[in-house]
Amino acid sequence: MQATATKTAPILSTRDLWLEYSNRRGTVKAVRGITIDLYRGESLALIGESGSGKTTLGLSLIRLLPGSGRVRSGSILYEPDGRTQDILSMSEEAMRRFRWQEIAMVFQSALNAFNPVLRIWDQIYDTVKAHDGMSKQEARKRGLELLKMLQLDPERVIRSYPHELSGGMRQRVLIAVSLLLNPKILILDEPTTALDILTQRNIIDLLRKIKTELDLSMVFISHDLSLAAELADRVATMYAGSVVEIGPVNDMFYRPRHPYTVGLIKAVPTVTGDYRELFSIPGSPPDLVDLPSGCKFHERCDRATKRCHEEEPELVPVGDGHYVRCFSAT
Amino acid sequence: MMKEQKNTADARKAAADPVIQMDQVTKTFPWGGSILSRRRTAKVLDRVSFAISKGEVLCLVGESGCGKTTTGKLVAGLLNPTEGRVLFHGADIWKMDPQKFKAYRRAVQLIQQDPYASLNPAHSIFDTLKAPLVRHGIVRTQEEALSRAKELLQTVDLTPPDDFLFKYPHQLSGGQRQRVSIARALTVNPEFIVADEAVSMIDVSIRLSIIALLSRLKNELGVTFLFITHDLAMARYFAWEGRIAVMYLGSIVEIGTTARLIQEPLHPYTKALLLAIPEADPEITRHKQTLPVRSLDIPSLLDLPSGCKFHPRCLFFIEGKCDVEVPQLTPREDGRLVACHLRSA
Repeated sequence: MQATATKTAPILSTRDLWLEYSNRRGTVKAVRGITIDLYRGESLALIGESGSGKTTLGLSLIRLLPGSGRVRSGSILYEPDGRTQDILSMSEEAMRRFRWQEIAMVFQSALNAFNPVLRIWDQIYDTVKAHDGMSKQEARKRGLELLKMLQLDPERVIRSYPHELSGGMRQRVLIAVSLLLNPKILILDEPTTALDILTQRNIIDLLRKIKTELDLSMVFISHDLSLAAELADRVATMYAGSVVEIGPVNDMFYRPRHPYTVGLIKAVPTVTGDYRELFSIPGSPPDLVDLPSGCKFHERCDRATKRCHEEEPELVPVGDGHYVRCFSAT
Repeated sequence: MMKEQKNTADARKAAADPVIQMDQVTKTFPWGGSILSRRRTAKVLDRVSFAISKGEVLCLVGESGCGKTTTGKLVAGLLNPTEGRVLFHGADIWKMDPQKFKAYRRAVQLIQQDPYASLNPAHSIFDTLKAPLVRHGIVRTQEEALSRAKELLQTVDLTPPDDFLFKYPHQLSGGQRQRVSIARALTVNPEFIVADEAVSMIDVSIRLSIIALLSRLKNELGVTFLFITHDLAMARYFAWEGRIAVMYLGSIVEIGTTARLIQEPLHPYTKALLLAIPEADPEITRHKQTLPVRSLDIPSLLDLPSGCKFHPRCLFFIEGKCDVEVPQLTPREDGRLVACHLRSA
């Protein structure tokens, strides 16, 4: 599955992307030199802990950075059908059209993403009317269709207020709303976090279904390895604002090469797998305001040498489509 | 009621004196009530019974809103039951004299989910640890307090202790803060710890170090645990030799030894959960045969289903039975307790 996915052309790429924002303590170097491709029709999971830069990267793909956020350098290229657009140099007006129509995002907290005083229909109409080419009637028809596709009772849900829906229903409505304008790419930030398990399973199955039926390319942002194991064709591990390892899902889970990916996998229990002892990674994730020298993982790494303190490794190939940023892995 | 108490007792190992026992505990909360709506009652816990013996681990597993946090607070004496009793070494905690109650409150400590919210931001780590030491008369002088606080920081691996003593919560990472909450719980040498989602908010890479610390308290200090989590995989890991209780809408639907319960879940809800959980292993997780449910909607606590509370979602629903009769937790040959009509037939 992942082999074929990687053979298609990229639909979205970042090239040496550097993003930062300011907080009280200084400059947060949230994304540091990320070059990554999303291939047409694939599911790419960005895995990382809090402060790894994964959400900033996700938001930058539709140019929704936090207030103080800025692009220091690099580009984000969208290539849906041979033509190439640099997302970072588009006008605000063009960008407004571009979001939801080409790339849509499903945000983390499903309750906060809604306007609490508007019925679902109004939220649907709000999303559609900002873009031309769809009448009220068409919008309603499309909305009902999508709600149905996401296994909701369309006529009831479209008349409801957000608070009248359960967490799982709201999450499904959000996904439906994101699909209104037929985007080619869907970015999902922690799509199953905070949902109960039976609902999580349902959302996972639905994401699989809409991806096939609507021919979508997907990016998942999550701290949860199990979501990547479920849905991803390829997985990228992010640490301190960089991709430290990327590869096909099975390589990442069964043959991880970066000590951080290895550590993450050894830290997560399974329910039905054989019992194995688990380990944590010593230390804590680095401060993005005050990053360590050299390899950003060296302070927590049992393979670190003098070189790791001084020099930051490059992302280099170690297998078919499998890249690692580590001196000891090559 | 007599019968159920006996069942609970039978299912337990020979160990006679449970440290903590929940005896048919029901907890309701008033809900709403204004000019516009009438005041209603949410039944958050419904006749919950279990017992935990010295040195044992019981994991309470369930989804958000099932009543597991309320159970933890009842066990820790922070809430009182609407009906039923919470027993500490056989004595009803709400009928204890103040002296005994104080001793119980010392013996049973609660570690909460959010280390950001559970520590006072204006207090240094030393102040945080000193307060209970002084309040319970464990130390008398500043020197004693200092030396005990250092010992505690050592125990929770915040070393060297001098680096941490005079820091404030905002200067620590989430994992370090949770270690401080654990150190605070240990100030009073507790016999029993209620850990409520103690690692859920901790980064994945350091979660296991907190679990390892809790395991050490269990193995080296003999602390007895009620470990509350929504994460069955973590429950299995922590309670490998203990028991798991599965809770749904305020009732325990199944209790058994960890290995048996996971290998062969008997209650349809337990089974559905186990088959639905996404796992961090592509081969395992993509080849799961999930058990469908009849409805994805979780009923409201204000309007609970009749009979078995799982019946509107259960694939094995028997009309006229499951929606009428409340199934009782009934012992099985392997010592497990299951509340399901399919299993008691």
